[in-house]
Amino acid sequence: MMNKPPDGADRAATPAVHAHALTVRRGTGRHPRTVLDDLAFDVPRGRITGLLGPSGCGKSTLMRSVVGTQAHVTGTLDVLGSPAGHPGLRSRIGYVTQAPSVYDDLTVRQNLDYFAAVLDPGGAAAERRRATVTRAIADVDLTSRSTALAGNLSGGQRSRVSLAVALLGAPELLVLDEPTVGLDPVLRRDLWNLFHDLTATRGTTILVSSHVMDEAERCHDLLLMREGRILAQDTPDALRTRTHSATVEEGFLRLVDEANALTREQTR
Amino acid sequence: MNASRTTTTAGRVLRQLRHDPRSIALMLLVPVLMLILLRYVFDGNPRTFDSIGASLLGIFPLITMFLITSIATLRERTSGTLERLLAMPLGKGDLIAGYALAFGAMAVVQSVLATGVALWALGLDVVGSPWLLLLVALLDALLGTALGLFVSAFAASEFQAVQFMPAVIFPQLLLCGLFAPRATMQPVLEGLSDVLPMSYAVDGMTQVLTHTDMTADFIRDAAIVAACALLVLALGAATLRRRTP
Repeated sequence: MMNKPPDGADRAATPAVHAHALTVRRGTGRHPRTVLDDLAFDVPRGRITGLLGPSGCGKSTLMRSVVGTQAHVTGTLDVLGSPAGHPGLRSRIGYVTQAPSVYDDLTVRQNLDYFAAVLDPGGAAAERRRATVTRAIADVDLTSRSTALAGNLSGGQRSRVSLAVALLGAPELLVLDEPTVGLDPVLRRDLWNLFHDLTATRGTTILVSSHVMDEAERCHDLLLMREGRILAQDTPDALRTRTHSATVEEGFLRLVDEANALTREQTR
Repeated sequence: MNASRTTTTAGRVLRQLRHDPRSIALMLLVPVLMLILLRYVFDGNPRTFDSIGASLLGIFPLITMFLITSIATLRERTSGTLERLLAMPLGKGDLIAGYALAFGAMAVVQSVLATGVALWALGLDVVGSPWLLLLVALLDALLGTALGLFVSAFAASEFQAVQFMPAVIFPQLLLCGLFAPRATMQPVLEGLSDVLPMSYAVDGMTQVLTHTDMTADFIRDAAIVAACALLVLALGAATLRRRTP
């Protein structure tokens, strides 16, 4: 059941993210490094797309490109119908960086109050902001810790504050860079339930990265990455069937081996 | 720019500071203690205390605000909150004006305290209006904030950021006329001191020290300090990049 798309999701709509010939070079000087190499993929709306691959394969760079905070992006990258980085997108995308980006010397609630006021400024919106903030804190299950300083929270709690910030303003697209790293199994399950709830009830599109393959089973769609390239784009079911594997992890490893064999043949 | 986002940002910066009472105490009390120290260092020479004391009233806010702004914005850069804010609909101007507003407010409190103690408890003899002293102190604080913001872009760690203090502030301190009149310096140094903003901060303070009215020189000095602060703030805004290279 987990992998069925939510009811009412419009499959025919334009994808939330559309990439074609997407290339990113990083580093200055005469030898820039190609971090993303000629990618083409789509992230469908209203679904959870998992971006999986080993550390250092370019997941974070890809996510920054989608959010519009990555420089030296070439090729086509359309997000919610506009080119990535378009100022109009800033209030429509929620973004959680890998390291929790919150103010350690503010309380949970003060952190959220500030970011909410940046998204929805003005005294007239104060009541609406209060409701949004309360809901976001409840979404990540931190209501009992809302008056604690973020710096005094545990690592998992801080990353949930960071996630709550991204949930403010009900963004159409959530870009989550390894949101479950360092969380215990119960919290991980709760967060994944929250993600599914968001897509089902609010129609949110989620692009979530992970290097833990068992989380792949919880996604509707998968983008498997390796060394700056897309290895496969498929649903978990289709991927397992195609690679004759029992798990996504096994399927991924099989694809990696095939790719390696191919490279060896080409270089021979 | 959006006035409400700017004031929200200023409020957030002050709220962060409120959770750090020790920093507030250091910021407010150290200048006062230094002035008291200075007063008794020049116990037998009150005229020297007048001139150096007045100059220091302008220099303290500059140094304090330089330090706290460079560390605060460096933290903002390294903690990822800057990246997050710039991915949100926040203008760079909102962020910078927010910082300038918050630390400007701190500078007003610091200067009121230091000027009050200097004038009424330590007998600093100033001919002009204490309000003009405050005005220069505030402009100096803005300049310090601007320099700190700008410099934080070139520091990769807090360790480097504090090293910028001697690099950026000490030469100005030596050349601003505090230790020797600028006109008596080696001509190259005098020329150099003519283009450093702290020289005008100290000149402005000296004008208030020796004249009852607002002189044309005072207005020029204040305008130069304000213009430098705005210029450096604009340069600082250019160092805030929405995109990671």
